[in-house]
Amino acid sequence: MTQGNPKFSVSNNHGVTVVTLAEQRILDELSIAEIGKKLQEMIAQAPVPKMVIDFRNVTNMSSSALGMLITLHKRIREANGQLRLCNIQPTIEEVFKITRLNEIFQICKGQDEAVATIG
Amino acid sequence: MVISSNLKEARQLEEQLLRDVARFGYEEADAFAIKLALEEGLVNAIKHGNKYDQKKTVRVVSQIDEHEAAFTITDEGAGFRLTDVPDPTADENLERPCGRGLMLIRAFMDEVSYNETGNQVRLVKRRTRLDT
Repeated sequence: MTQGNPKFSVSNNHGVTVVTLAEQRILDELSIAEIGKKLQEMIAQAPVPKMVIDFRNVTNMSSSALGMLITLHKRIREANGQLRLCNIQPTIEEVFKITRLNEIFQICKGQDEAVATIG
Repeated sequence: MVISSNLKEARQLEEQLLRDVARFGYEEADAFAIKLALEEGLVNAIKHGNKYDQKKTVRVVSQIDEHEAAFTITDEGAGFRLTDVPDPTADENLERPCGRGLMLIRAFMDEVSYNETGNQVRLVKRRTRLDT
């Protein structure tokens, strides 16, 4: 089942919540705050959150978006859950590498691979 | 160009500047860098410089041609010193949600300089020419 939202879609893949970001640009603070709030609400509802965030549509991302992801990652970890990122385009991957956040997040190539690595 | 300390106005200005850049046919990677740096620079000016004070403004001067795109962003805040900004890639700061904007600007632009007060940044991206 896929739930609609202008900024992302949510589906279930083998018990893992897959969030596919819909917008090309995850840049501006207002949108990022909105995405962060909604994803945190979803995490809070799951006893043990298992989430994959799919970046297939994202071509631009700012430091505010990185901050939002770090906060999400912390919340998921606090709940003993797991988070994976996937389908990250090379320019965005560069942003993760420059900031060393590729060492914090588990980044997978495709969505199925990301889901498979969540136990 | 002058905008108030408002993120929506910043977004509109950013889009206008990016249209100016696009007219000169910059490569996708250059456009990505400029987009990112403008977003980070404008957010910094509004958020950290003017602290969202609607009475304060952000002034942007752009100079774009076929060789390079240069932007000077000035806020009305007290300014800052680069040495006071913690290194976001230090182990102890890796999981802090803030503080990566300046680093991304430096990584993606060719020149980044600040005035003495620290309330003005000049960003320069030289156009990549694939045919040379």
